[in-house]
Amino acid sequence: MTVAERVPLVEMRNINVAFGGVHAVQDASIDLFEGEVMGIVGGNGAGKTTLMRALSGAHKADSGDILIGGESRTISSPRDAKAFNIETIYQTLALADNIDAPANMFLGRELTTGWGTLDESTMEDQTRKVMGRINPNFTNFTTPVKSLSGGQRQAIAIARAIHFDARILIMDEPTAALGPAETAQVREQIRRLKDEGVGIFLISHDIHDVFEMSDRISVMYHGKIVDTVNKAEVTPDEVLGMIILGKKPEEVTQKELAQLELRA
Amino acid sequence: MTDASDALSAESQTGTSQLRGFRALEIDLRLFGMVVALAAILIGFGVATGGRFLTPVNMLNLTVQSISVAIIATGMTLIIVSRNIDLSVGSIVGVVGMAQVLLMTQTIPGIIGYDHPATWIIALLAGLVIGGLIGAFQGSIIAYVGVPSFIVTLGGLLAWRGVTFGITQGVTIAPVDPIFRLLGGGPRGSIGGTASWVVGIVVCLAVVVLLAYNRRQRRRFGFPLRPVWAEVLLGVVGSAFVLGLVYVANSYLWPEGLVRQWAQETGLPVPEGGIQSGIPWPVIVLLGVTLVMTFIATRRRFGRYVFAIGGNPEAAELGGINTRWTIMKTFIIIGILCGLSAAIASARIDGATLDLGAGYELYVIAACVIGGTSFAGGIGTIPGAVLGALVMSALSYGLSFIGLVGPIQDVVAGIVLVTAVGFDTVNRRRTG
Repeated sequence: MTVAERVPLVEMRNINVAFGGVHAVQDASIDLFEGEVMGIVGGNGAGKTTLMRALSGAHKADSGDILIGGESRTISSPRDAKAFNIETIYQTLALADNIDAPANMFLGRELTTGWGTLDESTMEDQTRKVMGRINPNFTNFTTPVKSLSGGQRQAIAIARAIHFDARILIMDEPTAALGPAETAQVREQIRRLKDEGVGIFLISHDIHDVFEMSDRISVMYHGKIVDTVNKAEVTPDEVLGMIILGKKPEEVTQKELAQLELRA
Repeated sequence: MTDASDALSAESQTGTSQLRGFRALEIDLRLFGMVVALAAILIGFGVATGGRFLTPVNMLNLTVQSISVAIIATGMTLIIVSRNIDLSVGSIVGVVGMAQVLLMTQTIPGIIGYDHPATWIIALLAGLVIGGLIGAFQGSIIAYVGVPSFIVTLGGLLAWRGVTFGITQGVTIAPVDPIFRLLGGGPRGSIGGTASWVVGIVVCLAVVVLLAYNRRQRRRFGFPLRPVWAEVLLGVVGSAFVLGLVYVANSYLWPEGLVRQWAQETGLPVPEGGIQSGIPWPVIVLLGVTLVMTFIATRRRFGRYVFAIGGNPEAAELGGINTRWTIMKTFIIIGILCGLSAAIASARIDGATLDLGAGYELYVIAACVIGGTSFAGGIGTIPGAVLGALVMSALSYGLSFIGLVGPIQDVVAGIVLVTAVGFDTVNRRRTG
């Protein structure tokens, strides 16, 4: 079965997002298949995060279509996105620092007892189980997450995304704040999810990270998608060229290439 | 505690094991500290007056004095935790109090007749509804239009006091319905000796049941448990404390003149040994409000959302929480509590004056802050706010008892407020 015949998990078509007069995302189209990691790269302000925020419901797109499993859907809030099994690990992690790990993991999706009260015990129990898989060293289930390390906080954000059966996972710079051991853990986690058939959008500044983890790579430049390429068919230098110049490799002139090499 | 600390010298080991014993209780150190501070204030005034201060009647009076503020403080905690403020509470108390008394003296008698037994409940419920509507109105502007709560409620502070004046042109209205008056406390507005013991025992049983339930829940999931001795100690000390308070309330006997008057009215003989006053009705109301509000804040989704919004509004939004509706609800709740507070305040003075509730906003906010609510948002407890109100009331009552009135009280209240928050800030910085 070729790629063209399969229905993508998610397809974003001609998405536009503007903040005031600034076109943060212009006419961007991107798709993602089951068990695939799509790297999204680009410089600061290229629109990577904004494009993904339109999918996670954090910010509604001004125009464009979102198809999930081939059907056109409207996503106007994080709740909508979650209903379509789209989970997001934000770069800021989006944790409430003053409450504990179970409370953060179930934030907005708290389990309740028959009496309508919070079922703290079950939530703690499930959190302990998920964290046991992701980070067995994690033992702090009753203190506010403010007191935890960057890696532990990251683990909570990841646990939150995978606990609710994500089919589409958006990871915004998941390893930016982590040490080498923790980065390796996150990569391992991505591989495991990929094997389970989860489709992953991986936003990253780190071109090596992206080359290591992705199947395809989408390059953004000033709000537009320059190109989406199979990782096997490009070199890191070519991708870097697209990030900096905003042009496909074949469109780049000798002069620009020379300038690029000078800068490097 | 690690093995390493066990291996320390004998001296410091006693220190650690005491600390460990204390930790095993898992009690809220901040609340415990406040209880200690309150006790220190009471004992301090007791010493300063050669013991004359520490009488049941003084304890009852200073408690009842704090109640109107304490009730609103339970709601203000949620408002401040979610990074808002409500400056309008005093003026809402004013307008609702005036409306309630007006209903009792003029409107309701005109419809169902004078001295109808339902008068008080109609007036009370109407007050809660009016308070809730005012809260909903202000809350909707804050949550949905996006005007900062400081501004909206500052407007409310001015406007509702003006409305209060407009209702009666500033005239005081009195009296309140006789049953309604029970809400104000005093010997007649108390539940009596026997009922007080019943309430005390029910509270003790509730404490024990709660401890047992929590333990069973934690064991079911195999979570770490408190040692048994700690559970037993908490149950025993908690029960002893509650029964001790009931004992104090019951030690206050009705004044002789009142007993004679009562005997005349009812035609009953003057009871031997006097009539025990027991727990005042407003204290029962506050107890109920504290329980319900603590339940809402800690056991319901709504409370969780309030805290999450205070900790990180963006995270709450991204978690799919309807943050606007949550904020609006906090203002509806405080409006309803203002209605209840207005009832108690007007019942206490047996009427409604133009300045009923004036200045409450500052005392309520101070009570929350003294009780450990952080203006940065996300931190605060409802029992803490109630204790904060009690601490302030104990101070002002004690100061007037030793003859320091007016301006000096305000100076002391100001110093205590800043000291309490300063202490808290340093403490938080140290413990992270």
